Amino acid sequence: MSQLKRTLRLGLITATVLAVSACGGTTRGSEENTNPAGNQATGQADPDAPLTEGLDVAFLPKQVNNPYFTVADGGGKSAVEEFKGNYKEVGPSEAGASSQVSYINTLSQQQTDVIVTSANDPNAICGALNSARQAGAKVVTFDSDTKPECRDVFVNQVTGEGIAENQVELIAEQIGGEGEIAILSATPNATNQNAWIELMREQLKKPEYSKIEIVAVAYGNDEDQKSFQETQGLLRSYPDLKGIVSPTTVGVAAAARYLSGSEYKGKVALTGLGTPNQMREFVKDGTVEAFALWNPADLGYLAAYAGAALASGQITGAQGEKLEAGKLGEYTIGEDGVIVLGPPAVFDQANIDQFDF
Amino acid sequence: MSTRPAVSTAPPALSRARSVHQLWLAREFGIVVALGLLVLVTTLDNPAFLSPQSLRDLLLGAAILVVLAVGQTVVIISRNIDLSVGAVLGLVAFATGKLLSSAPGTPTVVAVLAGIGLGAVCGVVNGVLVAAARVPALVITLGTLYAFRGIDHSWAQGRQINASDLPRSFLGLGTATVLGVPVLAVIAVVVMLVVGFYLRSYRSGRELYAIGSEPAAARLAGIPVGRRVFTSFVLCGALAGLAGVLYAARFGTVDATVGTGIELQVVAAAVVGGVAIFGGSGSVHGAALGALLLTTIGSSLAVLRINPFWQQAVVGGLILAAIGLDRLLAVRAANRLRGRSSHGG
Repeated sequence: MSQLKRTLRLGLITATVLAVSACGGTTRGSEENTNPAGNQATGQADPDAPLTEGLDVAFLPKQVNNPYFTVADGGGKSAVEEFKGNYKEVGPSEAGASSQVSYINTLSQQQTDVIVTSANDPNAICGALNSARQAGAKVVTFDSDTKPECRDVFVNQVTGEGIAENQVELIAEQIGGEGEIAILSATPNATNQNAWIELMREQLKKPEYSKIEIVAVAYGNDEDQKSFQETQGLLRSYPDLKGIVSPTTVGVAAAARYLSGSEYKGKVALTGLGTPNQMREFVKDGTVEAFALWNPADLGYLAAYAGAALASGQITGAQGEKLEAGKLGEYTIGEDGVIVLGPPAVFDQANIDQFDF
Repeated sequence: MSTRPAVSTAPPALSRARSVHQLWLAREFGIVVALGLLVLVTTLDNPAFLSPQSLRDLLLGAAILVVLAVGQTVVIISRNIDLSVGAVLGLVAFATGKLLSSAPGTPTVVAVLAGIGLGAVCGVVNGVLVAAARVPALVITLGTLYAFRGIDHSWAQGRQINASDLPRSFLGLGTATVLGVPVLAVIAVVVMLVVGFYLRSYRSGRELYAIGSEPAAARLAGIPVGRRVFTSFVLCGALAGLAGVLYAARFGTVDATVGTGIELQVVAAAVVGGVAIFGGSGSVHGAALGALLLTTIGSSLAVLRINPFWQQAVVGGLILAAIGLDRLLAVRAANRLRGRSSHGG
């Protein structure tokens, strides 16, 4: 599935598109200026309003048939069933920048109450989303945001701080609180990876982690073979290495596969961000003790509840408003209408079989 | 070693045969020297580079590329090229994963044979298009590269096959060793020896060289050019299929993007290994050494901890250096030969 990889690639494409349109932009610009709607709270929020029954909630993922979104939307579906709404999922088969526009227009014409979407491009679907909002729909983005003025709230899976804190905690536990560690990242230019690595270094400055040292950052380019070689290189170059952190799904799976068949199995700890299906084998054979990722089903679940709360008038998307999201409990809306799902879920031998994504 | 009939035992022919043999030796020798230098420098920096685990890793890392490079060599020798090998590898890797995850009882041997078969089918498509339509292989295989990858994408639908879906016995193929040597490496060496023997000792194998040297002359000489080229593509496809199975066994995680871009590494391995890109000369042993050199470069850069931003440039530089060294040795060998023949003549 390698969602991180996909997100990264998407980021690159977005950057390219932006660069191109910045150079020659003639047709695009007009569209961007026509919708200054903004996400200012319209009307008054009534925190005690009950959730309306029979809401039409549509999930529009980046791409249908993508396992990550299949699980996320599944979480949304169970939430919609809980508050007795009507769930449906539509979406393009390819994650192109503007591939979602026609789906949004159709949903808008069908008078859908809530559109929950993960944007393939922060700008391309803005116009369509704002017309849908003018037609009465509430728009929730999850996983990947649009520009803030094009949606009501954004359900963010995790913050960089949350990831850094979690990863450092996991590795510290696994190596017994001291020793040399290394990071196996994606590409040297991956923005989110570099930000996380920086935040991990910040975390390690805390006194309880003073005996842990990052000796190297290696880049597996999100390729199996390169990740194998870099893992081997780390183990060769640093004979005293105690642990490896790989915050990318491809890297952590490749490193686990290498370790499981090498003499380092059980001697060098490995953790990172991976999917349970990918890592199941290596958790069971003892190569990996625990790793983390946000739960996509919970992400979809929370997004559905946020949409229902918006449509029922419980919240408007303003900072500080609170909403009740079924089994997940209470959430508070942060700056720019962002709701954070929470710290990533940790998977280990005890719970890994409860997850299938 | 060679079944080529010695037409004449007269001294000139004999000495020419020997000198040709020496030249052949010299070509591979250049790569061996480059490889030795690389290993020496890396080991001086970090002695762990020559530990048993490290050597096993080097052989394992090269195995898949070696199998691909051997197949590619057969095609390049006949003055063609197969750019679709990466897509075939990806398609077969996914098919193997799918087969084994839906029918976990399938014996590994059956999975390997099925993979080779599917690869051969892809090779048939390439071969028919190239040999029958007489369109340059570069264009045809560029097209099938996307076509095969597209089939892979639409089949996979974004799904991924994970190590836990595959039977242990199959995954064992990727890590097992025989007397300390990884099974994957043994398979690669066997493939190299068999194909090398075929190219050197069989009439149809020699004819591939003739076709690559001068297709028109080969046709006039009565060589069934179309049929030979077709066969070379089927062989290359079958080996790409085998590589796909090995890939699934080694990495355990397979999605539709597996092997993207690997075709360029394969061509690079063959060229670094002394296979002439315009056909007619080169050996599978050279190509295999080229593949070993390329993967060793990757591994030693990781051990030497070269700045990751510079790694690709360093890889490119080392490839050029290896080719340069090979060229230098080849020129010196040729000069030496010329000197000797003037003495004798």
